[in-house]
Parts: sequence; C-alpha cells; structure tokens
Amino acid sequence: MKMTGAQALIKSLETQGVEVMFGLPGGAILPVYDPIIGSSIRHILVRHEQGAGHMAEGYAMATGRPGVAIVTSGPGATNVVTPLSNAYMDSTPLVVVSGQVATAAIGTDAFQECDITGVTMGITKHNWLVTDAAEIPRTVAAAFYVATTGRPGPVLIDVPKDVSNALMEWYWPQTVEDLDLPGYRPVTEGDPAQVRRAVELLLAAQRPVIYAGGGVLKSRATDALRELAERTGMPVVTTLMARGAFPDSHPLCLGMPGMHGNYTAVTAMQRADLLVALGARFDDRVTGKVAAFAPEAKVIHVDIDPAELGKVRRPDVAIAGDCNVVLEAMLEALDAAGLGHDERCRWSDVGALPRPGTPAANRPSLSPWWAVLRRWQQEFPLTYHQEPGGLLKPQLVVETLRDLSPDDTIVVGGVGQHQMWASQWWRFDYPYTWINSGGAGTMGFAVPASIGAKVGRPDRTVWAIDGDGCFQMTAQELVTAAAEQIPVKVAILNNAYLGMVRQWQEMFYAERYSEVYLSPDLPDYVKWAEAMGCVGIRAESPEEVTPAIEKANAIDDRPVVVDFRIDAFEKVFPMVPAGASNDDIVVAPQGREAKP
Amino acid sequence: MTGQITQHYILSVLVENKAGVLARVAGLFSRRGFNIYSLAVAPTNDERFSRITIIVDVESAPLEQVVRQLDKLVNVVEISQLDPSDAVERELLLAMVGVSVAERSQLIELVGVFRGEVVNVGLDRLTVMVAGTPETIDNFERLLESYEIIEIQRTGRVALPKLDHSRFSGASAATA
Repeated sequence: MKMTGAQALIKSLETQGVEVMFGLPGGAILPVYDPIIGSSIRHILVRHEQGAGHMAEGYAMATGRPGVAIVTSGPGATNVVTPLSNAYMDSTPLVVVSGQVATAAIGTDAFQECDITGVTMGITKHNWLVTDAAEIPRTVAAAFYVATTGRPGPVLIDVPKDVSNALMEWYWPQTVEDLDLPGYRPVTEGDPAQVRRAVELLLAAQRPVIYAGGGVLKSRATDALRELAERTGMPVVTTLMARGAFPDSHPLCLGMPGMHGNYTAVTAMQRADLLVALGARFDDRVTGKVAAFAPEAKVIHVDIDPAELGKVRRPDVAIAGDCNVVLEAMLEALDAAGLGHDERCRWSDVGALPRPGTPAANRPSLSPWWAVLRRWQQEFPLTYHQEPGGLLKPQLVVETLRDLSPDDTIVVGGVGQHQMWASQWWRFDYPYTWINSGGAGTMGFAVPASIGAKVGRPDRTVWAIDGDGCFQMTAQELVTAAAEQIPVKVAILNNAYLGMVRQWQEMFYAERYSEVYLSPDLPDYVKWAEAMGCVGIRAESPEEVTPAIEKANAIDDRPVVVDFRIDAFEKVFPMVPAGASNDDIVVAPQGREAKP
Repeated sequence: MTGQITQHYILSVLVENKAGVLARVAGLFSRRGFNIYSLAVAPTNDERFSRITIIVDVESAPLEQVVRQLDKLVNVVEISQLDPSDAVERELLLAMVGVSVAERSQLIELVGVFRGEVVNVGLDRLTVMVAGTPETIDNFERLLESYEIIEIQRTGRVALPKLDHSRFSGASAATA
C-alpha cells in the first residue's frame, strides 16, 4: 500500500497503540497534521509546546504508557527541550515527533530551522533524523522500543517536510531484529550469584533500610517490594520519585528521605548497617554530603541502568536488572533460605516466621532497630502549627485536601516549597498517584502534567498542588484543559514569593531577599482562572479551606483553580542544608516548635 | 603535545556508521566530564560499522563509569577495553620541516633511522612521515625540534590487543 511519509507516521503511531497525543502544528509539521483528521488518535491542541511535553509526561507517569507529543520545527521543537530534559532526568518514557525543514534546506539556516537532534542529543535516550520516508515505520517502532524498555526515557524523531510528503510502501516491523538497533541490549535479569549474596546480606543485617526509588514504579515492582518488606520486616523509605511505591499507611513505611525528608527516614539511612537500594540513584538530594552518607551501611544496589551502579556510592552487591525481575528472584532466594511467604505478616511489621534449621532461622531480630525507629518517629514527627484565626498554613491546606479527596486521587506537584509540603503531608497509599518533577526541578510542571494525567486516568480526581511562581509559568494550558473538557483541579499555595528561593535567602543569605517577591494579587488568580474557562475560588483563612475544597471537589465539568493565600513566612522543615551531612538535619526552625 | 600520559586506557569502540555518531560519543565525554586524550575514527571492513579508538584519561573518572555510560549510547555496538600493557598501539606523524640544503640529507637520514618516509620534497622544506608506537613518535618529535618545524600533525592512536601465543586457533591465528 502506497502512502505519504506523513500518513505512514500517523499509521505507525496508531499501530503502536497510541490513544492520545499532545501538540501544536506549524509549517514543517503541516503534512503530518493532515492525516490526523480521521485518525483514531485523540489530538490535544496545547497553547505552548512545553505544555505538550509536560502533558505527555503526566500521561506517562499516570498510566505507565509512553507519552506522545508532536511539534513543529525550530521554536516548536526548542519549546519541548525542557520537557525532554525533565523526562530524561526522571526516566519517563516519552516520544516526541518534531517537524524539520526539507532535507535540501537543512544546514542553510532556513526559516524555522533548528538542529534539534543536535540540541537534544544529551537529554534524550536516543534521537533520529529521518531522511527517507521508507524508514518512518521502522523508526517509530524503534523509538517506542527504546523509550519503554531498559531504563525508560524520552526519544525524539525529527521528520523533514519533504520526507513527510514523499511516497513510501507501508510495512510494519515484526521483530526486534527489524528495528535495526545492533547496539541496544537492555538488561533485565539480575546475576543469580549476586542475588544470593544480596539475600545473605539481608539475613545478616541488624539495621536494614529499603531505599525505594522511582525504578520500583517504572518496573511495576510495588507488589514485590511489599512482599520483600513484609517478609523481612525491614523498614522502607520512599524517595520523592517513589512516593506511593509503598503505602505511607503501612507500619513498615518511614516516608520520604532526603533534603526535606522526615527525621526518621533520613536518620534511619544514616544509622543503617544495610541499604537495599531499589531503582534509586543516590541523588545528592537524598545523600547530602556523599562522604558522610550512611557511613556504616553495606549497600545492595539494584538498578536497570548498569551505569548507576557505583556512580555515586560503591555497592557491596551490585545487581544490574529490572527491579521487579530481581525482586522476584530475591524473594525466591529468600524462600530457599527459609523465609517464605507468610500471610500473618501482611500489613504488619512482624516479618515472616523463618523455617527452623534454615539460614533465616539464625537471622538477628530487628526488634531493637524498630524500637529506635519508633522512638524517633515519636520524638521527631513532621510538625506545623496553625494558629486559629492566624495566617493560613500550607500544610493545613494539603492535609485538608488529602482528607476531603478520594484516597486514589492523583496529586501533581510543581517545584519548590509546595512540592515538598505536598510530598510530606499527603498520604500516598497507591502507586502512580504522585507525579512531580524530581531530577530536573522544572517549575511550571504541575498544570500541564496534571492535564496529561487526567487524560490518561479520566476516572480519577487529579489535584495539581502548585506554587504561585510555578503557576504563572504554564497556567495558559488551563485554556487547553477548558477547551478539551479536562476537569483538573489546581490548588495554588500562594505565598506571593518564589518561596523556596526565599527560604534559602532567609536561612543562608542573611535574609537578603533578592528578586523573589511576586505579589499575592498580581495577577488576580480568580479572574485569571475565570478568563481561562475555569472556576476560580479564593481561600484566605483556615476557616475557608474546607468549603473551598468541597466546592472544588463537587465540580466535574471544567477545571477549577483555588487560590489559597498562605503564610509567606512558613518554611519547609526538616531540612538538610545543601552540601551538609544528613546528620546535620534541622528538624524545625529554632525557637519555634523545636523538639528536644 | 607529547604522548607522556601516565594513567590512560584504550577503548576500542565499535559504532554504527551513521550520521552524528561521533558527535554523540564526543558529547557524552564532554557532558559527563570525562577527558579524551586522543581519538581516531575510521570505517571497518564491515561498512555498517566504524571503529573509534579513544585514549581515555582515567584520572578524570573511573574507567568503569566511562564504559558504562558509553555503552548506553544506542549507536555503540561493542566496547573493548585494552590495557596498554596488553595492547599494540600505533600512531602516525606527518611533519613539514624547513631545511636548508645542508640539513636536508641529515633529516632524510633521521627519518630513515625511524623507518619513516619522505613524502614530499620542496625547495626549502620536506614533509616526512613516521609511524610507530606513541613513544617512538614522541622521540622522533623531540629530535625534530632542532629543525624549523612548520607544521606537525599526529593521528591519535589506534590499538589492537596483543596476540596470545598460547592459543593458535580461531580468529587470532587467522589474522596473525
């Protein structure tokens, strides 16, 4: 069957199972937009290409399926650079199709020409400049294969206009060999010898901690993680990228570690004699000063990307493989060592009863360790103080939102103080309910990512918890949401500041506030929301929080924006100052709420 | 530039012969902060692939990290690590040297000692070529310093593993 490259591109996306793509047309991508009329794929017309990229990310993080964005050449393509970089840092599978000027014009500084494969080389898992229409189906299939296998990540396909217009004979690659990827061999199976060594360390540990990272979610390993934790009775910390990978309500869960992690999660890692790192990459926001991080701990490191093993911290046992596959192998090896599945340890911290006469029967009790952890939890809980009639505290907003919204609500964060409060104060009991920009720290992520998440999971309530600074970066995508009837909800924690920067200037720059004030009223967020076809609500005092959220939750036919006017002086605690050891964690501001 | 590097490793990297592959490899080294000491690229006998020989300064990053990051590039097909003591390394030097009539035969003699070649002769200059181990090339370059050097070009090293004399089978015997 003869067709144009453009038709082949859309047909390839359909064949690949794409149900939705986010994009904005322009000159070089025009031929590809023609066959979108009549395609089974839903196209969501964004107002800025950055929005398309973040929506595709939100969609991917909520559903586990690759997100697809489509943009034109030049500025269209450069506008999607930030989402590509964001997806690269957070290992989100993303396929971006960009138009390019005709092959004869490449290199001539033609109108809207940009070397986007050159620009994105360092922030994509791979990219392709297609120079022959006959290569389009193969390239699309290869792009999805690369984006979704191994360590997931973003890819980009750059399609010159003449290639889209050229005729080709349709085909679809049937096997991986047809994809022409001789250098691409993702690992999945862990080395069985290393798995056995890992189990030996597990059974010898007195103060173990499972350090669960985003890879647990990517590899759909949450059930296996829970089985490992419950069977061994080991505590679990979930990083910012892994919130929800293990239920916050579980007695074995210690919550989030890191720069703004809680005292128990941070200090448990510091005092541990064994860290079981699963799909985590020892990010500087987790380790603090690396030389002082978890000094007594042996490390088992499981990651699908071999380059992560030993990149920051030298592991005692390194296992390159898919987290779920490796965890299943570990559970089998544990069973063989005498620690099998035990119904009695479900939702408890007791651990399974080892079979007598097995290696597991001699393992040290974790009770002394748990006694220490429980004491820390008692002594150093997360705290804030809401004066009745006082300025509204952001933590109260997050807690009320949490309590008044369905348990499986998808929460989407921007970047800054509001992101940390959301991660700290929400209770994540389900996987894939927390979507945020972790590695890249991309302000403006929340609004478009929440729209993508809602498109992927229309059955769920989706709340973006955003800052006023972040909101102003990408708010125009609420026009997209209103036009496309995607009823997301946005809670702006409006403190009139670039709050996290303000916090650092207060704490580390002698309260010299440089270029961080934004004003609570400019813009008027309620009017702005209304102008964009959303419902706008304002809540200025603690008493107004519940009615505002109840009103927002009752609306399901259009987007809602709630402007929560919060106390600008509230800071995120605990905090490990940048570059300091995790032992130097500051639990709360001095003189206020300071704990013994 | 002389070849005096202490901590170095040779990576022989088989890559797909596609546009932009060298940029991907070079870009990876620069963004990860790995130092390249020298780099040579050429097609292989299989036209689908090229071979890049990279001399890596392993003081900048552990070799294992360099190899694992490099291996993640989709166009990189195979990486062989060669320890300099287990490899044969060769490099080629071209030099354009200004010589008076009196110096000319002297330089030709020196090139002969290094089993090199005079590849071009002008009225007052010679272009000479020497191939050999990087150390040989360094020595020759130093000896050239007593002449008027107009331009020197070195290729960067290429390398293959040393043959194992205890085994005379398969590919290594065939290529011996």
